[in-house]
Amino acid sequence: MIEIVSASRCIECDICVKVCPANVFDAVPDSAPVIARQDDCQTCYLCEIYCPVDALYVAHRAEGHFPITEAEVEERNLFGSYARALGWKRGKAGGTEHDPTHRIRVAAV
Amino acid sequence: MSRPPSRTLPENSERMSSDRVKSTSNDPLHLQADVLVLGGGPSGAWAALAAAEDGARVVLADKGYLGTSGATAPSNTGTWCVPPGENRGQAVERRWQRTGGLADQRWMLRCVDQAYENLVKLSEWGYLFPHEDDGRLYIANLRGPDYMRFMRRRVLKAGVTVLDHHPALELLSNGDAITGASGVDRQRNRDWSVEAKAVVLATGGCAFHERILGATGLTGDGYLMAAEAGAHLSGMEFTGKYTLAPYETSLNKGLPYRWATFYREDGSPLVDANGEQISNGIGEREKDIAKALIDGPVFARLDHAEPALQDWLRRGQPNCFVPHDRAGIDPFKDLFRITLRAEGTVRGTGGIMLATADCGTGVPGLYVAGDAASRENMTGAVSGGGAVNSSWAIASGWWSGKGASTHARKSARKAFRSMSKPLGEAGLRPAGNARADLRTAEIIEAVRAEVIPLEKNYFRDGTTLHTSSERLERLWNDVRQHLHAEGVDRVRSRETASITASARWSLASALARNESRGMHRRADRPGNDPAFARRILVSGVDAISIGEAQISREGIAS
Repeated sequence: MIEIVSASRCIECDICVKVCPANVFDAVPDSAPVIARQDDCQTCYLCEIYCPVDALYVAHRAEGHFPITEAEVEERNLFGSYARALGWKRGKAGGTEHDPTHRIRVAAV
Repeated sequence: MSRPPSRTLPENSERMSSDRVKSTSNDPLHLQADVLVLGGGPSGAWAALAAAEDGARVVLADKGYLGTSGATAPSNTGTWCVPPGENRGQAVERRWQRTGGLADQRWMLRCVDQAYENLVKLSEWGYLFPHEDDGRLYIANLRGPDYMRFMRRRVLKAGVTVLDHHPALELLSNGDAITGASGVDRQRNRDWSVEAKAVVLATGGCAFHERILGATGLTGDGYLMAAEAGAHLSGMEFTGKYTLAPYETSLNKGLPYRWATFYREDGSPLVDANGEQISNGIGEREKDIAKALIDGPVFARLDHAEPALQDWLRRGQPNCFVPHDRAGIDPFKDLFRITLRAEGTVRGTGGIMLATADCGTGVPGLYVAGDAASRENMTGAVSGGGAVNSSWAIASGWWSGKGASTHARKSARKAFRSMSKPLGEAGLRPAGNARADLRTAEIIEAVRAEVIPLEKNYFRDGTTLHTSSERLERLWNDVRQHLHAEGVDRVRSRETASITASARWSLASALARNESRGMHRRADRPGNDPAFARRILVSGVDAISIGEAQISREGIAS
C-alpha cells in the first residue's frame, strides 16, 4: 500500500489526489497531499507513475501497513522505479512501442 | 462531434469544461445527457466513444478516475485478436471447445470482429503498439496504464463530459424506463444526478474486496443497480477463478508462473498425482497448487525461465517484478511465498444477462458492457483470462454505446423529469431501523469468509454451500434492514450491499448448478451433467429467483 509522500520531492501539484482510483489522498493547502485512507489503497502503483517528480512510494505489501523510511527508499533507488521500468518519465506515458510481451506469449504456448 | 450536456441546476457561476466540472459549492450537481455511462474502465471508455460518435451528448461518471480505474489500467493484457481472413471460424471453434459448452459462437465471432476493428482504430488514432520482427504491428497486447491514459484523452477529445470521483449510488426510473442515475462527488461531498435517455452500466465485476489489481472499485455496484431495476444476472456461479500472486501482494498476474516450480515450506517440491514436479502454474496443475495451499504455505521460483525470457518478462511485465524488487528477492533464483487470489466475477464470467445484441439488459434504457455483463457468451464456464475479457470490453463497450445512443434518439421527444424515482434500496434506504453498530468492514469480512477461502469456493460442495448461504441470508438481513449512511459514507454502505448481494447470487447459482463445469468445481457432483448444459439465471434482490436459459439462438444481429 501507499506508504510515502516525500515532502522533500513533492511539488504540491495534487495529481495523485486526482488520479488515485481509490481516492486515498487528501489535498492540503500549501503542503504535500496526505495519505488519508491508506487501507483503501489497492497497491496498483499507478500514483507513482503519474507523479511528475517520483515523490511517491507504494510498498509491495497489499494487506496492512509496511513501515519503511524515506531514507531507505532513496538509498535503494526505489523512488520512480516502476515508472522507469515502463518507460514513463516525469508523469508522462511512454514505452509501449518497446513492450516485448508478444515474445513472452509466443514462448508461453 | 457531440455537444456538451446541458446543465439545469445550478445555473450560475460555474462553467463546464470538457475535462471536469469545476465547482466550489456543495450544491448538488444536475446534468442532462442522452447517454450516461457509469464506469471508467475500458468498456465504459469505448461505450462513451461509440455514443459520442453517434452525436449523443455523453456523460461518463466514474467512481475513481478514468485512466486508472478498473482491472485493466494497472495491468498488461493480451487481447483475443484474430485478424480477418485467418480462419476466424476455426479459431472461434477451437476456443469454444474450452468453454464447457456454454459459450455462443455467434457472439464470439462478432466480438472478435468488433474488437479487431477497434484495435486497428486505436493504432490509427496513434496508440503506439510494438512491432514484430518482420515489421508488422502487434496489436494483440495492450499495456494497461498507457492504454487507459490514451482512452481518457480520446474520450475527452470526443466531447464527453467526464466526472471523476463521482461514484453512482443508484439508478433513476420513470416506471417505464431507466432515466438516469445519481450518486455522490466523493471529493467535494456533494450529490450529483444525471438525467439521461439511456444508461450504460460499465461498472466492472465484483472482486469481493480481494486485494487484487484494480479491485478497490470492483464491488459489484452495477449488479445491484441492475437487479433493483429488474434485470437478470447469469453465470454468477462462475466465481471460482483464482490467480497466483506473491504472498500478501496485489499482483494477480499468472503469466510468469508458466515458468515456475513450486515447493512446500520444508523445501520439498510440489508434485502432481503422477509424482511429477509441478512446473507450470497456469495450466491443469493449478488444482494441485490450490490443494497444497489449503495444507500450508507454498513457495515458487521462476527457474524455468531462460535468460532471454527473463529479460522479456522484466521488460514486458514490469509490475510483476515490483513486489520482488521491493522485497529484495530475485524470483528467478530465490524462493518466494505465493498465494492464490480470488477474482470473483472479474476473471470469473458471471454478470448482468444480455437480453439483446446491442447489450441491452431487457430493462428499457439500460445497457451493460465489460465485466458488468455476463461473459458466458464468450467464455462459458471457464475464465476468459485477460485476453478474451479485454476484447469483450472493447466490443461490448462499443455495442452498448451504440445501443444506448440509438435508444436515446428514439426517445428524443420524451421530456426529461417525467416523475423519475430513485431505485436504490439496500445500503441507502434500510427497510427497518438504521443501526449505528453495523460496521461495513465487519460485514465485508463475514461475506469474504464464505466466498474467498479455497476450501469453500475453489473446491465446492453442496453442504458447505448451504451453510454459507444461510450465513449470507443473515448478513443480507442486517444489510437490508439496518445498514444506513449519510454523505460520502453511502459509497461504502452501498458497496457493502453490492458485495453481499453478489455473494448471495453467486451461492444461489452455485447451489442450482448441481454438477461440475469449468471453474465451478463441486466435490459432491464431479463431472459435467448434460442436463446442465444451459445457463443459470438469477434475479431479485430480497427474494432471489433462479431460472434457466437455453443458450440463446435468437436475436443476434451483427
